[in-house]
Amino acid sequence: MATNVLTLPRTSEPTGIWSWITTVDHKRLGLLYLLTAVAFFLIGGIEALIIRTQLALPNGTVVDPSLYNQLFTMHGTTMIFLAVMPLNTGFGNYLVPLMIGARDMAFPRLNAFGYWLYLFAGILLYASFIFGNAPDAGWFGYAPLTERAYSPGHGIDFWVLSLQLLGISSLVGSLNFVVTILNMRAPGMTINRLPLFVWGVLVTSLLIIFAIPSITVALILLLFDRYFGTSFYLASAQGDPMLWQHLFWFFGHPEVYIMIMPAFGIISEVLATYSRKPIFGYAAMAFAFAGISFVSFTVWAHHMFATGLSPVADAVFAATSFLVAVPTGIKIFNWLGTIWKGSIRVTTAFLFAAGFIGQFTIGGLGGVMLATVPVDWQITDTYFVVGHFHYVLFAGAVLALFAGTYHWFPKMTGRYLDERLGQIHFWLTMVGMIMLFFFMHYLGVIGMPRRIYTYAPGQGWDIWNMIETIGAFIVAAGVLVFVVNVFISLRQPKTATDDPWDGQTLEWATSSPPPVYNFAAMIPVNSPRPFWDAKYGPHSEFAENPKTIDLSGGSTAHVHLPNPSIWPLLLSLALTIFAVGIIFGPQTGWILAPIGVVLMFGSFLGWLAQPAG
Amino acid sequence: MSAVGKLEKAGDRVGSHMEQVVSEAQVQPEHAETTTGLDHRKLLIWVFIASETIFFASLMATYLVFRGKTPPQDGLAHLDLNVASINTFILLASSLTMVLALQSIESGKKGRLIGLLILTALLGALFLGGQALEYNELITNGVSIDTNLFGATFFTLTGFHGAHVAIGILWIIMLIIRALRGGISQHNHLAVELGGLYWHFVDLVWVVLFTIIYLI
Repeated sequence: MATNVLTLPRTSEPTGIWSWITTVDHKRLGLLYLLTAVAFFLIGGIEALIIRTQLALPNGTVVDPSLYNQLFTMHGTTMIFLAVMPLNTGFGNYLVPLMIGARDMAFPRLNAFGYWLYLFAGILLYASFIFGNAPDAGWFGYAPLTERAYSPGHGIDFWVLSLQLLGISSLVGSLNFVVTILNMRAPGMTINRLPLFVWGVLVTSLLIIFAIPSITVALILLLFDRYFGTSFYLASAQGDPMLWQHLFWFFGHPEVYIMIMPAFGIISEVLATYSRKPIFGYAAMAFAFAGISFVSFTVWAHHMFATGLSPVADAVFAATSFLVAVPTGIKIFNWLGTIWKGSIRVTTAFLFAAGFIGQFTIGGLGGVMLATVPVDWQITDTYFVVGHFHYVLFAGAVLALFAGTYHWFPKMTGRYLDERLGQIHFWLTMVGMIMLFFFMHYLGVIGMPRRIYTYAPGQGWDIWNMIETIGAFIVAAGVLVFVVNVFISLRQPKTATDDPWDGQTLEWATSSPPPVYNFAAMIPVNSPRPFWDAKYGPHSEFAENPKTIDLSGGSTAHVHLPNPSIWPLLLSLALTIFAVGIIFGPQTGWILAPIGVVLMFGSFLGWLAQPAG
Repeated sequence: MSAVGKLEKAGDRVGSHMEQVVSEAQVQPEHAETTTGLDHRKLLIWVFIASETIFFASLMATYLVFRGKTPPQDGLAHLDLNVASINTFILLASSLTMVLALQSIESGKKGRLIGLLILTALLGALFLGGQALEYNELITNGVSIDTNLFGATFFTLTGFHGAHVAIGILWIIMLIIRALRGGISQHNHLAVELGGLYWHFVDLVWVVLFTIIYLI
């Protein structure tokens, strides 16, 4: 804040570990988000493999019931909060400033704070294993199971505090995205010329801003029940476990759109690029984003049909849930319209995006079935539900994230991912995924409940469970090929051009990887695909000979970059110490939490005293 | 405008309106014009307040869901409407002093700004004192957070509001320090505006809390 310290403009990129620890560069933070999230994705995947191995045969004995409960809870929590959400945030961090032609995010240090808090919260969640008691009440942690009387160990406490920290991390990240997207657009980049990925990040951020406080309150009340003897969720003391479900799902349903909407954005960018056409129905796509996010706040009780709401409430929430299919359907048809008569290049990124359309549609149709109250009563808490949400989250979000990875890897690293390995990755993923998740729907319909650690033979479930487990290992083999692909690629020389895919948006109008200041010169923005316009002329079709755009113009003399800072890391560390202080409050005489508060205040003052640059 | 030449060289098929390079886009200095015209920090505060709205709405919903489940003599009856009314008046008055503080610096009166900020912080502290009186009354009558649902919801709801007031007071103290050190002037007073936005929001939340706890 103080401006009396003069620093010389910094335009070159520093190197070394310290520069990464103190970085406030949105591209580096984006990469840190992506790398950390991939690590958690692999951990969550290993948990899934153990679960599937346990269920491969009837009367499985790989893990005991208690460990099984911990595994599926940690798998769900990890994939949602530590893998898919931060993968979206990572892509957003890296791409949003580039796509809108900005130098960085609006609040670079806040951005770094969000990342470090995410990392520490993830470590905190996994620290519960060290104490031999990981959370085991499922990812939606229904009360009263999570109450002290029924979950006496520290597992739930780790879960609650870790989710609170992750909530703060997502919230500050989203505030930053909203301000950046609204306030830092290049001249000419009006709201109706934002790339659709940026639209996806914008609406997702707004959803996070309005949904997170609800789970924050839900978790605070649970914490008070567990530590201070209140009885918010204890029916035995006039409390109400339904309160948890309402507060949780008011967050929890928007949360599924929080995971999928950046993926929608990625699919839109990828399909348009490889079809060499503008996105079909741009305005309808943008309105569909807004429509989905609005409706998503009105459907939460469709997770609670089996709890005995009134028939009127059931009908209303079923109706609003059906409504979601309208904007989603608009998106699917517009994607098809985008590919239609395009000059298509079948790259790995395109394959993943095309696979997404078909598979995600199946997931969406499963959602329509579940929104039908009588159907839901029949199949709720069965494997049908497990099949449904894996079809929207794996076949939806994860396929899109893979598409995005193949698409933007050259921009981020200056190197191509190998296309042949990529195609192997794609086909292993598709075949494995369908074997893994499709038959879960059938298993659910014939009565296999979710979250059972084993089952008796002779119920007609054996063969499907075996197929699913084999599918799981095929998916894992695909992921292994992907990881190998990344490692091989990173050892190759940088051969990627600035614009390897004949791109349409601004991130291709700079070098690969971009310089620390992103752009030296900015091309004019007159449509949602400014770079395409510059190459082919406005409103042009694809042509064989695009114009070469000379990007060497402009000067970096005016570039003024924010200073690196250690305070974001220290502040998030202090918050984590505070969280640990609460978890072990009764054991440590509540000493650690006040220390955390003092450290928080200290790092906050340090932050304020440091000039932003 | 060297970039203009480069771009012209790059394309003759490009429409004439594209020839003008938006050279200003090359630089985004610290106090750049923003797209919306609002300062980044001001936009941040507004969106943050939107989020806080849902936070308090969830806490209020919890209070209302459990309202009436505890007999009045075990909770509600020990609250004092007079204390709460005076407290409401004090907090609303602090919003007025905050507005006057901002107005003072806008017309360059720094001494008045500091005086009014001190007054605002004192009124905030007085409000917390009134809350302490209410808490004391409840606790001496055996109602605390773990006694019954009224205690749980009342202390949680007003406790989080009180914490927001306390943070607001700290914020104002930091504004006072900054003003004393010369960091706030007639043409650089955004910090006062930001603190004010938060302070008014916290006051507004109390108006709703007062209504649902004491009046209905």
